[in-house]
Amino acid sequence: MRYIPNSKEEQSEMLGAIGLASADELFRSIPEDVLLARKLEVTRPLAENEVITSMETFAAKNEAAVKTSFLGGGVYSHFSPTVVDHLIQRSEFFTSYTPYQPEVTQGTLQYIFEFQTLVCQLTGMEVANASMYDGSTAMAEAFLMAHRVTRRDKVLVAETVHPEYLEVAETYTQHGEMQLETIGFDHETGCVATEGLAKIDKDTAALVIQSPNFFGCVERLNDLADMAHEAGALLIVVVTEAVSFGMLKSPGECGADIVVAEGQSFGVPMSFGGPHVGMFACRQKYVRQMPGRLAGVAYDKDGNRGFVLTLATREQHIRRDKATSNICTNQGLIALAATIYMETMGRRGLQEVAYHNAQKAAYAAKRIAELDGFSIAFSAPFFNEFVVTAPSPAKDILRRLSSEKDILGGIALSGYYKGRENDFLVCVTETNTREQIDKLVAALG
Amino acid sequence: MSITKVTQHPTQNEALIFERSQTGRVGYRLPQLDVEETPADDLMPAEFRRTDDLEGVPEVSEVDVIRHFTRMSTWNFSIDLGMYPLGSCTMKYNSRLNEKVARIAGFLNHHPLAPEDESQGGLELMYRLQEDLAEITGLPGVTLQPAAGAHGEMTGVMIIRAVLDKREGEASKQRRVMLVPDSAHGTNPASAKLAGFTVKTIRSTPDGFTDMDHLYELCGEGGIAGLMLTNPSTVGIFEKNIREICDAIHDAGGLVYMDGANMNALVGVARPGDMGVDVIHLNLHKTFSTPHGGGGPGCGPCCCTVELEPFLPTPKVVRENGGYRLEYDRPDSIGRVKAFFGNFGMMVRALAYIQTHGDTGLREATEAAVLNARYIAHYLEKDFEKPFEADTMHEVILSHKKQARKGVHTLDIGKRLIDYGFHPMTVYFPLIVDGAMLIEPTESVGRQELDAFVDAMKSIAKETVEDPDLVINAPHTTRIGRLDEATAARKPVLRWSPDMESTAKSA
Repeated sequence: MRYIPNSKEEQSEMLGAIGLASADELFRSIPEDVLLARKLEVTRPLAENEVITSMETFAAKNEAAVKTSFLGGGVYSHFSPTVVDHLIQRSEFFTSYTPYQPEVTQGTLQYIFEFQTLVCQLTGMEVANASMYDGSTAMAEAFLMAHRVTRRDKVLVAETVHPEYLEVAETYTQHGEMQLETIGFDHETGCVATEGLAKIDKDTAALVIQSPNFFGCVERLNDLADMAHEAGALLIVVVTEAVSFGMLKSPGECGADIVVAEGQSFGVPMSFGGPHVGMFACRQKYVRQMPGRLAGVAYDKDGNRGFVLTLATREQHIRRDKATSNICTNQGLIALAATIYMETMGRRGLQEVAYHNAQKAAYAAKRIAELDGFSIAFSAPFFNEFVVTAPSPAKDILRRLSSEKDILGGIALSGYYKGRENDFLVCVTETNTREQIDKLVAALG
Repeated sequence: MSITKVTQHPTQNEALIFERSQTGRVGYRLPQLDVEETPADDLMPAEFRRTDDLEGVPEVSEVDVIRHFTRMSTWNFSIDLGMYPLGSCTMKYNSRLNEKVARIAGFLNHHPLAPEDESQGGLELMYRLQEDLAEITGLPGVTLQPAAGAHGEMTGVMIIRAVLDKREGEASKQRRVMLVPDSAHGTNPASAKLAGFTVKTIRSTPDGFTDMDHLYELCGEGGIAGLMLTNPSTVGIFEKNIREICDAIHDAGGLVYMDGANMNALVGVARPGDMGVDVIHLNLHKTFSTPHGGGGPGCGPCCCTVELEPFLPTPKVVRENGGYRLEYDRPDSIGRVKAFFGNFGMMVRALAYIQTHGDTGLREATEAAVLNARYIAHYLEKDFEKPFEADTMHEVILSHKKQARKGVHTLDIGKRLIDYGFHPMTVYFPLIVDGAMLIEPTESVGRQELDAFVDAMKSIAKETVEDPDLVINAPHTTRIGRLDEATAARKPVLRWSPDMESTAKSA
């Protein structure tokens, strides 16, 4: 086995040195009746090239991976600068552990600190943590945090939050005192329905709004923040398309108390749904109720600046069942990828790429709306995703597009919302050329 | 001749990117916009647009980015540099082959909401991994959805909760006690709480095993939902009474959850399913070598008995008519624990690890890991207190008892190891051993390096007697010394701002 340095001979010598006759004796302390008396039924050892062939065979069966795609819905196709994947493959980053020993992990700690700062800058918040598993679990953790902060039980969630995020939140909160209630959407605008907001009351811990929402519509966060705050509730803003931060007013500026986001758009491959990276930010006053790790500034006795993991008394390894979360390992290396992306694109690039996304989506929406029988379902402004209403069931259209034209035209909404059989969600990013958009339009027409 | 340095070399004082930023620098180029531009206000009404022009976000060139991160990287210790003996973390070699195959375009560019019939490769890979993990654990129901160990724990205990609720209905309310040994990881009680359980702590015996009398006593008190047990335990010892423990919990009406953090001691040698365990999580980023990445991403699959399978999260990959599909109709499921299907990229790496090792290699790795730990234990037990007599499995626990008499503590010994070129071992965990040092070499270390580690530890033991201050003030070779963590926590500075330094120093 080439990953094990010691040869058989060396291992025999070592066994001898510690007074054992065979490797089997290493397991003397395991009762015989639980020892496995046979070989595992897995493959024989494969050579390196055999593993590559095996994996390429799997990958080739992912037929969708090579098609022109307009799929979004929480996972987006964006270009990742070459430096991102190159730098995260440095041994010192990807083969190091969680930075519990700051003297030998300053590289990791410093990039976490930069990640936290960038997340604050983009979300308009005061503090951000070192990452969560993804956007969906970050949202669930935000619900639990709102419950701790307000000591209230009810969370009002817009139906236009990503449906899978909502399912995750239901799982996380099913055994506590919390109740989740959903608020419908306005069928004209695609935004949260005003009448539903009347449910905000003195028992409400948080109002939860995704913007751009699952339909791609941008919500009026300022107004929603005011309504939540009047009732003493928090506003939690969810963002699944992080590139939108480059154009849209930040949730913090709009009055959000907690912002959670999926950072996959920042240079992270789609990779069939993971690993991605959750961003979690909030107001300074709530920092001690936050889940997850935090890196902070510290000095050594000579006054040298460094970084350490701090405020650990919130965490499971100290507080056990009283901790703010059970999270331990998070998404360190993916947070690094997102950090490198944000810094490489920088102040100008983040705005420019957002602008390209919005322009291309606007162009696509305009062209599709010109087609006979097709329309844009909602009137609210959108960023890079929008819902198309087709003259016939969306599932059939999308299936035809894929099989005949090799285009993944969007996500049918019928799987998520009742009465929306003819609707599908189209996402256009900077990676879609005009030619691809025109091809989509022609194929639909 | 001495060399006088005018300034510190840039590789040692790389600033924060925000301090490096220069207006006008760029590190990217987008293609020319190829569509007719919509006027700004039609594109997005002004009230929704940012007005801060992203002030404070850095402006740097591509070269700046490369140097910035390359310099910072050199301040990290890594597995590729040498032995990383963190107990319970299993810092084994991360194969380059696994990195390569995880980056095959057909995986990277695959959208999770693509049609199932066009995603057969991804689904088949997941199914194969499920099958292999079922065989390795002896527990046939598998979900790959949890993103990390703690997430897998939460999934596991929620499954227990769902089973009890279904089995006992209202009466399940009387069954809310989750037993957790005093040696457990902190994530165990934290996860139990998320499933609505109350934690009761089981004592360990002076020789490091679960206290059977205490276990029976707690079972006798009733209300037992289950037990969360790490095996081998966090002191690196196999629970010799594992069957009896599982029987006791089952007799009390509960279920047994095993924390699989230490599976590197068991793969190919013994299977939790054969011990009476009902559900376990695995850390693919430990046992199956997916890189720890400076703190993730992980992947924490759960494996369970046939009886518990209906309760696994939704969706689940199933095989049907020679193809694969996602099963959503699972009425007893605890629900979804993560968007999409889990950290797929980690699953690719783990399967490549299993394929590379194969049936014989998996056991070989386990033997080598245990042998390495036993070897260290053998050579260090005279110089350091070894609190438990029992045979060490894949990790060995020592304590600072002998050194503490000289004022040298576990943390000091760990920090001094850095000067000898090793990453510190796990310190002060588990909590049941005062001044615990938990050492896990893994199979990825050769004899010379083990000998060097043993020599370093012996040398530190000697220094403790001859020059304790040398150890107490370690490390001496790093870019920065020990950091003042207490002050950092008192007035935390958690993000850069132009006046950050003055804020932090006034703390």
